[in-house]
Amino acid sequence: MNTTHDQAGQAPALELDGVTKIYAGQPPVPALRGVSLTVRHGELVAIVGPSGSGKTTLLHVMGTLERPTDGLVRIDGVDAAGLGDRQLAALRARSIGFVFQQFFLAEHSTALENVANGLLYAGVEVGERRRRAADALDRVGLAHRRDFRPTKMSGGERQRVAIARALVGRPAIVLADEPTGNLDSTTGASILGLLRELNADGATIIMITHDGDLAARMPRQVHVLDGRIISDDGAGSFAGTGAYAVPGAVE
Amino acid sequence: MRVPSHLVPARLRAGDQVRVASGGLRARPLRAGLSALGIAIGTTAIVAVLGLSSSSQAGLLAEIDRLGTNLLTAKTGQSFTQEKAVMPVAAPARVSRLGSVEEVAHTGSVDDAKVYRSPLIPPINTNGLKVQAASLNLPRVAGTGVAHGRWLNEATATRPAVVLGAVAAERLGISRVYPGERVWLGGQWFYVAGVLAPATLAPDIDTSALVGYPTARRYLGHVGMARGKPADGPPSTLYVRSKTEAVGEVQSVLAQTANPEAPNEVDVSQPSDALTARAAAKGAFNSLFLGLGVVALIVGAVGVANIMIISVLERRSEIGLRRALGATRGQIRTQFLAEAIMLAALGGVVGVAAGAGATAVYANVKGWTVVIPAEAWAGGIGSAMVIGAIAGLMPALRAARLSPTEALRTA
Repeated sequence: MNTTHDQAGQAPALELDGVTKIYAGQPPVPALRGVSLTVRHGELVAIVGPSGSGKTTLLHVMGTLERPTDGLVRIDGVDAAGLGDRQLAALRARSIGFVFQQFFLAEHSTALENVANGLLYAGVEVGERRRRAADALDRVGLAHRRDFRPTKMSGGERQRVAIARALVGRPAIVLADEPTGNLDSTTGASILGLLRELNADGATIIMITHDGDLAARMPRQVHVLDGRIISDDGAGSFAGTGAYAVPGAVE
Repeated sequence: MRVPSHLVPARLRAGDQVRVASGGLRARPLRAGLSALGIAIGTTAIVAVLGLSSSSQAGLLAEIDRLGTNLLTAKTGQSFTQEKAVMPVAAPARVSRLGSVEEVAHTGSVDDAKVYRSPLIPPINTNGLKVQAASLNLPRVAGTGVAHGRWLNEATATRPAVVLGAVAAERLGISRVYPGERVWLGGQWFYVAGVLAPATLAPDIDTSALVGYPTARRYLGHVGMARGKPADGPPSTLYVRSKTEAVGEVQSVLAQTANPEAPNEVDVSQPSDALTARAAAKGAFNSLFLGLGVVALIVGAVGVANIMIISVLERRSEIGLRRALGATRGQIRTQFLAEAIMLAALGGVVGVAAGAGATAVYANVKGWTVVIPAEAWAGGIGSAMVIGAIAGLMPALRAARLSPTEALRTA
């Protein structure tokens, strides 16, 4: 496949090349104007920009929820442009995890069931789903809350459940859309700490935020404005697998 | 195009399918219950109507079985000249000599005599009742019994004593028999000896006042001729019990045997046949109530459709999330369709149970066996599910058409 491989011969987790997205209308609204970005396995990337800069559209395109008007999107080496709707769904089920600002948890299900739902469409059998969900809850530090419903949880706990749901399938890439947007600063900081820990354990995470201070604490920052990348401080400099790229990583 | 295996969407297992589809119902049990209620009411009505008509039919058939299908009746009809025919006095004796005949009873209509509560009743108020002379074995052969008092015996059959049929007693206002109770019959007082139970196979008896043949001859002028001498009056109806396997055979020779000179003047019938036909007609369900049930079912379907449309609107973010988690359009469609079907099936099951319960209670009160035809309960649940599928189709298609980003956008 015509893609950029690293030294280990592994395709990047995510590769965008000349991606544009124009919403039809009078006049047409260009949301992305030629974005190129490569994220390798094990990276933790913050995409920063003011509202209206196109970062949410960028996240949707990276998550294959929306097709670009033009340009190339590769997830874990797979060209999304050539895929039909069903194949994109399968790609999302197995290779992409989402974390949303509003959490989107099922209120009438327990934390464990919510996390297990992350594996539902990947064809994992129910017992195995629950086993892996319990592991994932343990990883985000909520093992003791597994049988609680989201309505009985704090905002920070809910976001941890949502993060566990995104990670439970060990996707190639986790896309987090303003994950701290609905949280106070202390809780937000702890969520950020969690994302860094998970990244240290090998998860590839792209976080979208409008908060420059938050982004400054990330190893790589990509600034977006008016649908273009205006700065990318980590392009090409990252060459590891993540485990030793972040200070304070365990083991 | 070659599709790598990891790009083929996984199929949801049946258990997961049920879990996903029931999730929406479990989240809002009251709403689900209310919208299933409409379907339940419709199904209840349909099942109860079908169950009740089948049970009453079964009750009637059981009654016929109990009374026996081996009873034949031979009545005097009309002669060729349109005059009233007369059956020979010797007819019962002749018929009883047929090989397959077990027993013969008979009644002889006493046309001139009428029965009244008292002499003060105007003669025109006959209540449609007949006076008949009866052989002493009549209740046993006709399959009835004595409800109150006594049946005629050798002694009372010669005296002015009368036994009333069930309907006759009711029309004369006699509900119980006490000593000295009298009715005005043929211009004189007759003592009421007893009242018969309804005779399902021989409704003629129900509307008759029955006296003995000797009584009829002596007090009412019912006289016939036998071998040139005056004798008890002629019979007008023969009740014939034959061996069950030989009913057809007896039926074919009955008219000739009863009246060899004019077999065409005898009408032979098998009362259980007519009753069976009536039972079948009774099984034809009450179309009004069935129609109401169908209307309730349709209203229920509209309720389900309405709830599903609201549900799709409310659960946009859930749809968006599921798409983000990797659900295909088809899986979203199936989820909402299955939810609607499940909702309707729930209503159908509850409705079938309620309809069956209503049938069971009513049939028990009436002493019938409870019969719920398979087409009633299977059809009830089946039609509820079909209706759920129709009601859920449009909302499900809408849910599936929603683009993931649109669904995730919060207003």
